Amino acid sequence: MQKYVCEICGYVYDPEQGDSESNIPAGTSFEDLPDDWACPICGATKDAFVPED
Amino acid sequence: MKPLAIKDDIYWIGSVDWNRRNFHGYSKSHMGTTYNNYLIVDEKVTLIDTVAEEFWGTLKCNIANVLGDRKIDYFVINHLEPDHAGCLALAVEKYQPEKIYTSPMGQKAMMAHFHYKDWPVEVVPTGTNINIGKRNLTFVETRMLHWPDAMLTYCPEDKIAFTNDAFGQNWATSERFADEVDRSKLEELMRNYYANIVLPYSPVVIKTLKALEEMNLDIDTVCPDHGLMFRGEDCAWAFKKYQEYAEQKPKNKAVIVYDTMWHSTEKMAKAVASGLAEEGVSVRLMCMKNNHHSDVMLEVFDSAAVILGSPTHNNGILPLMADMLTYMKGLRPQNKIGSAIGSFGWSGECVKVLTQWIEDMNMELVEPVKVKHVPDHDTLSQCFDQGKAIAAAIKAKLAE
Repeated sequence: MQKYVCEICGYVYDPEQGDSESNIPAGTSFEDLPDDWACPICGATKDAFVPED
Repeated sequence: MKPLAIKDDIYWIGSVDWNRRNFHGYSKSHMGTTYNNYLIVDEKVTLIDTVAEEFWGTLKCNIANVLGDRKIDYFVINHLEPDHAGCLALAVEKYQPEKIYTSPMGQKAMMAHFHYKDWPVEVVPTGTNINIGKRNLTFVETRMLHWPDAMLTYCPEDKIAFTNDAFGQNWATSERFADEVDRSKLEELMRNYYANIVLPYSPVVIKTLKALEEMNLDIDTVCPDHGLMFRGEDCAWAFKKYQEYAEQKPKNKAVIVYDTMWHSTEKMAKAVASGLAEEGVSVRLMCMKNNHHSDVMLEVFDSAAVILGSPTHNNGILPLMADMLTYMKGLRPQNKIGSAIGSFGWSGECVKVLTQWIEDMNMELVEPVKVKHVPDHDTLSQCFDQGKAIAAAIKAKLAE
């Protein structure tokens, strides 16, 4: 699954890991993250993320 | 303070802000602060960071003191916050540098701060090396430590790391090096800086320390932009402290953070404290009427448990507690046990509101206690037992 990287702080959202801090289960694609999901490191919103190369 | 040669041709040229007590508008700096910046005199004279704008005069004097009429060729801007880049526009105008080096996020921040048109800015991502004569400077992005633009500048020939906000402390002193001051005070002030400023970015600190270790940099001097510099074995000490802070391992300690209207919540707080102390837990009682939120945060930082207390006020909690909790949640403390106490007159939402904050901060909840109006002997016994229950939870956590 496609990983996404936060352009503000460099955090990588890995769908295979999910985001336990925000109760996002493993296997959740970036597209399926809720609109109000925020970067667990810097708090940036989804639009600060770009697909990782 | 006059410039100080920290190596041959490398000078501390910072400003000491003896009277600063309000740091950045949200944190207390009881001991003042310093804005450290540095000047490297090589074939290309290089200025590393500036100082707060109100110290522009001091900066110009310090530069003239070292350089006389010689010009500055390069600026390196490790971070754009105004206590470090506050003189940047004035300095660009006066010294007309040939190049201004900054991180990729630094360039964006520089544009948004100064709206410049023709500054000679050059972006230097991690690993970029520039030569300034006898020396090289290598740049390492330290994003979110504690702003997106943060950068570390390393000089291999002199084994110096200019770390900007990382490893800083708010302490106005006549001494410049960590080995010249009281170590326990230094550690407390470094911890205070971490607890109030760097804490939310602890995962980044761990990653950055690992990345620096992998880069195998030979460092014998660490130069932060606030407070004392580290040399020799103290460099490893500073790195070790940051690793320890970032891991947020709790101590056998609890903080009761409360506000009170007619002393009922206060009586409950004292009973909880007594229960904790009975079990050998070190306790701090901090009433928000008498303590600044950043002083509370210093105590919360290394505690295993945080007990929140407030009476019900207008179906919610008292405003000083709301202030404290907003501040605390933003700093994202980890590995804590939480519990709540509170008194009420008629509706009694306080404990529910405080419990919600505890849950929002992912703290492990111990059953709260609330009382209508004034606690009697039985309620205070309940609070005492709550303190013992929290102590048991602390013991279990420390054994993990």
